[in-house]
Amino acid sequence: MSSAEHAEALTSSEYIKHHLTNLTYGKLPDGTWGFAHNGDEAAQMGFWAVNVDTMGWSLFLGALFFFIFRSVAKKVTSDVPTGAQNVVEFAIEFVDSNVKGMFPYKNKMIGPMALTIFVWVFFMNAMDLIAIDLLPEIAKLIGVSLGADPHAVFFKVVPSTDPNITLGMAACVFILILWYSITQKGVVGFLKEFTLHPFSSSNPIIQTLFIPVNLVLELPGLFAKPVSLGLRLFGNLYAGEIIFILIAILYGAGILFAGVAGLIQIVWALFHILIIYLQALIFMVLTIVYMSLSYQTDEQH
Amino acid sequence: MNLNATFIGQMVAFVIFIYLTHRFVWPPIVAAMAERTKRIADGLQAADKAEKDLELAKQKVVEQLTSAKKEAATIIDQANKRAIEIVEEAKEKARLEGDRLKASAQAEIEQATSRAREELRSKVVTLALAGAEKILESSIDQNAHNELVNKLAAEL
Repeated sequence: MSSAEHAEALTSSEYIKHHLTNLTYGKLPDGTWGFAHNGDEAAQMGFWAVNVDTMGWSLFLGALFFFIFRSVAKKVTSDVPTGAQNVVEFAIEFVDSNVKGMFPYKNKMIGPMALTIFVWVFFMNAMDLIAIDLLPEIAKLIGVSLGADPHAVFFKVVPSTDPNITLGMAACVFILILWYSITQKGVVGFLKEFTLHPFSSSNPIIQTLFIPVNLVLELPGLFAKPVSLGLRLFGNLYAGEIIFILIAILYGAGILFAGVAGLIQIVWALFHILIIYLQALIFMVLTIVYMSLSYQTDEQH
Repeated sequence: MNLNATFIGQMVAFVIFIYLTHRFVWPPIVAAMAERTKRIADGLQAADKAEKDLELAKQKVVEQLTSAKKEAATIIDQANKRAIEIVEEAKEKARLEGDRLKASAQAEIEQATSRAREELRSKVVTLALAGAEKILESSIDQNAHNELVNKLAAEL
């Protein structure tokens, strides 16, 4: 009995581990290129490896977003809108009103970027609502039929539970923050933000002494922006994913627990709908706010 | 869970999707929505204008109706006056005509009377003469009694 318990505990932890491991393509320890057989191998691949599952789903969902919106944009009419156009217009109007409310400057790129972030992140988060084992099991069937070891076919379907994805987007936002800060304020103006705030003095000697202090205070704030942006989305969705995994394990623990698990899963999925929407919204809103801040010059403080 | 090239891949994909949205999705839809907003605003404005026009037209109709009524009243008044005048004129004319007819009839009567009288007188004279002649036979001297006879005739 103790061995059975031990075995089950092992399967549970294996199950969790399996669900949290990406299908990674990279250079294997023996020097050839291929899919990692376990998490350790994936970690050893270093930077030049790709999480095929999350990257693939991310691209697929991005393309889905683009084709839905593009198909509406092609036959868009200013007459009475119907069907998909209503939904698309609702999304665009929602994003546009957010952008107009928070970004009072002229930039034609902010709107499309906010829309891309909002819908794409929403789609990525929504993958969490698909039954947790459905897509991985299908992937396993395909993988086995292609001759892979069933335990080595990892498949994470929620791209926003992969920090690479969330931090990748945050990094783009960060680059844009730097770009617009420099083009709007000039290099000198941008540097002044870190050296003359929050402590400044009219005495040049004291001011020079203040510069390192200001740098220590201001630079972490700058770098915290993209990191917090990416990790917030990742953390929320990763936590949600883990809870779904734990609920899935509960199904295997007897008929009583299975009933409880069903109930919890419904409640958590309903609550998760809110998180899916909210995290997409937060990512978009923060991006707009950061853009707005990088346009803001000193005089407007 | 480890950072790898997926990071770069997502950055590239992100930039591409932003560009595609910026190029192919955002402008046509936003333009169509702006156009619809404009059309609705225009429509509302036109409706407002039409309502005002209708109000104006109603006012004009009322004005025209009152003036038409006034005009009709004056015309009827004038017509009545004219009718009375015509009647009066006709009456006057008829009176005058009557008077004239009466006068001419009277004149005619007088003429006829005097003519009859004249005739009667001459006939009486003749009769008297004849009578006298018969009574007196030839004893009457024509010349001697002519004066007497004439005097008699004048007295008749």
